[in-house]
Amino acid sequence: MAATAAAPAAHEHHFPDKAGEYVRIGLILFVLTAMEVGCYELAHRAEAPGHAFWQAWLIPILIVLSALKFMMVASYYMHLKWDGRLLKGLFVFSLIIAAIVIVALMVLFIYHYKYAASLGGVAGM
Amino acid sequence: MAHADAHAMHPETNTGIDNRKLAIWTFIGSECLFFASLISTYLVYKGKSLVGPFPKDIFEIPLVTFGTALLLFSSLFVVLALNGAERGKRGQMLGWLFMTILCGVFFAGMQVYEFTHFVHKGLTLQGNLFGATFFTLTGFHGTHVTLGVVWLATVFIEALRGRVTPEKAINLEIAALYWHFVDVVWIVIFPVVYLMN
Repeated sequence: MAATAAAPAAHEHHFPDKAGEYVRIGLILFVLTAMEVGCYELAHRAEAPGHAFWQAWLIPILIVLSALKFMMVASYYMHLKWDGRLLKGLFVFSLIIAAIVIVALMVLFIYHYKYAASLGGVAGM
Repeated sequence: MAHADAHAMHPETNTGIDNRKLAIWTFIGSECLFFASLISTYLVYKGKSLVGPFPKDIFEIPLVTFGTALLLFSSLFVVLALNGAERGKRGQMLGWLFMTILCGVFFAGMQVYEFTHFVHKGLTLQGNLFGATFFTLTGFHGTHVTLGVVWLATVFIEALRGRVTPEKAINLEIAALYWHFVDVVWIVIFPVVYLMN
């Protein structure tokens, strides 16, 4: 009986309560998403203040904001911050290969379109 | 003592990591490459459609922003459910898990509505390059969301039966890792597809 009563306490001790931290991260993610949409709106409304600036910097800003969100979810919600090097390495290695696939395909197609254009052909389909 | 408790939760392995957890991370790694190929296909054909409808004609950013917020909150809810499961707080686990499933169902519903709306506006899989790449990328993501909802619902039923104890919280953790990955993929898709026009 004593052992049964002690069981929940032991688990609570073994797993510290991180609810507050998770909620803080959730709020930051929400704010970052609002910023993404805000930047998009500023870049797409001609009457918005600094319209030209937002239009020029929209893509770099979106890349930075989404990378931040990505890292926060992976680190805190997926527990990579606290997990061992093996799991971190597995995920980061996959991400590096994924980035190489995206960049390689884009470079390949940019050259394809340039080459097709130089021949006077139709670049797209 | 704490070390012994941790080992009691899963059999001894060479890596010290539960085999099921290692397996889901390996699966997530392979999924990164799967979505990388779909995203790069979308990017290389972006702006190459010769006939409409084009993205600016049909996208409804407020609706998709709402769906994005739902998916982000569902990630928070599932991690709170896991926090409850690990600490033996059954009520917390069930409540947050139910909220996660609800958010997932609403997100999938949003996507079904969006697809139907786009088809009515003339965007189809065969119509132009934008339609083909858009439906393939977001469709595969939607399929992952649906599978995630089914998986989480299965864990929820198990939890209702009292089978997700702190010792077996790994079953929820694995499902949660998959769900977070689905969220992480959407974190990339949302700006790339909807905002970078």
